[in-house]
Amino acid sequence: MKNRALSIKKLSVSFKMNGQYYKAVDNIDLDIMENEVFAIVGESGCGKSATAMSILRLHNENYTKIEGEINFGGKDLVSISEHGLNKIKGKEIGMIFQDPLSALNPLHRIGKQIEEMFVIHTNLNSLDRKNRALELLEDVGIPNPEIAYNSFPHELSGGMRQRIIIAIALSLSPSLLIADEPTTALDVTIQAQILDLMRDLKEKSKASVILITHDLGVVAEMADRVAVMYAGQIVELANVDEIFENPKHPYTKSLLSSIPRKSKSTNRLNTIFGSVPDLMNMPRDGCRFSSRIPWINEKEHEENPKLQEIEPNHFVRCSCYKNFHFQDSSIEKVKEKE
Amino acid sequence: MANILEVKNLKVYYPIKGGLMGRTIGHVKAVDDISFAIGEGETVGLVGESGCGKSTTGKAILGLVKIHSGQIVFNGEDITKYIGKNRSPYRKNVQMIFQDVYSSMNPKERVLDIIAEPLRNFEKLTKVEERKKVEELLSIVGLSSSNILKYPHQFSGGQRQRIGIARALALKPKLIVCDEPVSALDLSVQAQVLNYLKDIQEEFGIAYLFISHDLGVVEYMCKNLMVMHKSRFVEKGTEDTIYKNPVHIYTKRLMAATPDLDTKNRQKNAEIRKKIAEEYENSKSRYYKEDGTVYDLKKLSEEHYVAMP
Ligand SMILES: Nc1ncnc2c1ncn2[C@@H]1O[C@H](COP(=O)(O)OP(=O)(O)OP(=O)(O)O)[C@@H](O)[C@H]1O
Ligand SMILES: Nc1ncnc2c1ncn2[C@@H]1O[C@H](COP(=O)(O)OP(=O)(O)OP(=O)(O)O)[C@@H](O)[C@H]1O
Ligand code: SF4
Ligand SMILES: [Mg+2]
Ligand SMILES: [Mg+2]
Repeated sequence: MKNRALSIKKLSVSFKMNGQYYKAVDNIDLDIMENEVFAIVGESGCGKSATAMSILRLHNENYTKIEGEINFGGKDLVSISEHGLNKIKGKEIGMIFQDPLSALNPLHRIGKQIEEMFVIHTNLNSLDRKNRALELLEDVGIPNPEIAYNSFPHELSGGMRQRIIIAIALSLSPSLLIADEPTTALDVTIQAQILDLMRDLKEKSKASVILITHDLGVVAEMADRVAVMYAGQIVELANVDEIFENPKHPYTKSLLSSIPRKSKSTNRLNTIFGSVPDLMNMPRDGCRFSSRIPWINEKEHEENPKLQEIEPNHFVRCSCYKNFHFQDSSIEKVKEKE
Repeated sequence: MANILEVKNLKVYYPIKGGLMGRTIGHVKAVDDISFAIGEGETVGLVGESGCGKSTTGKAILGLVKIHSGQIVFNGEDITKYIGKNRSPYRKNVQMIFQDVYSSMNPKERVLDIIAEPLRNFEKLTKVEERKKVEELLSIVGLSSSNILKYPHQFSGGQRQRIGIARALALKPKLIVCDEPVSALDLSVQAQVLNYLKDIQEEFGIAYLFISHDLGVVEYMCKNLMVMHKSRFVEKGTEDTIYKNPVHIYTKRLMAATPDLDTKNRQKNAEIRKKIAEEYENSKSRYYKEDGTVYDLKKLSEEHYVAMP
């Protein structure tokens, strides 16, 4: 039996707008095991980054409220002191941000930004720090480490900046890596290289990885388990094979059918009707997904669907997924009726 | 079909600054002699390694970077002469969806102002008309009009990308450089945006230079394809030919690295990747010049060009 690397209990994350708090993450429970790659997928705005950022309390406290517990190494990261958190940040938990530009300081050279980690958490001397930084740049596939070392962020391409962030996150071999869309900005050859680095981290140092991505190909190549999020909740959770071969929730099924594949005879891709409701207009009762599949009779939905284990280790929100079917001639007609 | 865009022997060099005085001590040859054409209403894909010069190519077309040499002909007119001058008449017809949307938006501007900016530059709309237009554009990219007065930081990454797309669409341009337009989007919105890009293409005859690293998306969107490596094209032709019969070792590597949706193939894919990586190491000298640069393109057939000695 594996141990838990991170245990999230009843986590809610709310943002303040017009003086009121709205939940972007609504009461989720998650256990990340040691030595596993745990993928979180879901539509834009469903709360993936909000969840990930709450682990290291990276939200702006002036307009964000975090409730629940996040247990890591016997400590609750939600209530731990700023000082305690800083000792963990970067050293035991590494983080790769979704927005590579905003994570780098435009005024400092790349080398300095990588070495900052060593300055805070190690007693390496400056020569060792530089050598280690150059090594890391090499590891993430930067062709001329010396040049990159002396560059400013704006002098590098988007993908190169992203690799700098990855180098920083990996610099101290954390036991937990939170990777928010780590390879989205990268071409696939570099992506493959970065994914290999993450696999190495998992295999060699038995680390865990929380991998947030919308690329189901990456999920298929990397993940051990997958959580599918919708509107701030987890709607399906299972082993990776199960998610791809035996998806249950209508949302998961819809996502899988939106993947561009040429072999598909139709010229148009499946889309999901409507859009994720924004926080202020999010339905808080009943099933949040029902408005996205309006052709399913109301009586066939469950009133208050709960996440339940329908097969061993396969969790699905709601028991009435059995009633789901795709709308035959896709979304166009519904649009016209509107 | 007439060409809407012709790029001839384009070179873009960035200065490398160094020393105490910040003097130019060399150049990064970001784009080194590429030529291609895009037909009216056509989509041409551009794929390649990070840093190989894709965005620079796009920016050069928009006139956002200085060209070292070469020609950019839009609609029969050489627009290189507009460099440093007011390019307005040209810019109305050519837009870009940026890779790094967040940095292309002013954080202090509301969604309304961000999307309306090109409209304000080129069309004289009343406040009411403008707002209606912006709401329409928002709904096209799947955002509700209640977002119109929000600021960029109040959106998720994917939502911001859609705002960038709405802005690029505002003037119904003839050519849009789409720089990784959907790579930050989740699948459903990606599907929506791709369907939509195809729809408006059909309706208004917009041409796209489609930069992406997702070969699945490129395969779905494009008939013609250019594979770029080290600032030059290594393979160029119809997407069909290249996918079925990749010749350049870099193209092969690119395809081997593309993730597979079948979890059962993990092991097999890892092995193929390793094999191709070895082939790459061993056959470098056949595909690259002694100094590591890429050869000129040779014609294999009407639909297929490969960089070879
Ligand atoms: N600072 C903020 N203030 C107000 N609302 C916010 C803020 N940050 C995020 N949100 C909202 O919270 C919800 C969840 O956002 P989050 O960034 O977690 O999405 P995500 O799942 O990571 O999406 P993406 O795939 O687009 O990155 C969205 O509706 C978003 O608009
Ligand atoms: N403003 C700049 N000053 C100096 N060098 C630059 C500048 N912008 C880009 N470069 C360099 O030019 C090369 C090409 O960059 P470009 O942004 O075109 O790459 P790309 O193919 O779009 O990569 P990615 O897939 O990572 O976005 C890179 O080596 C990059 O570091
Ligand atoms: S109630 Fe059940 S079937 Fe209906 S949308 Fe929700 S999860 Fe799906
Ligand atoms: Mg996010
Ligand atoms: Mg780029």
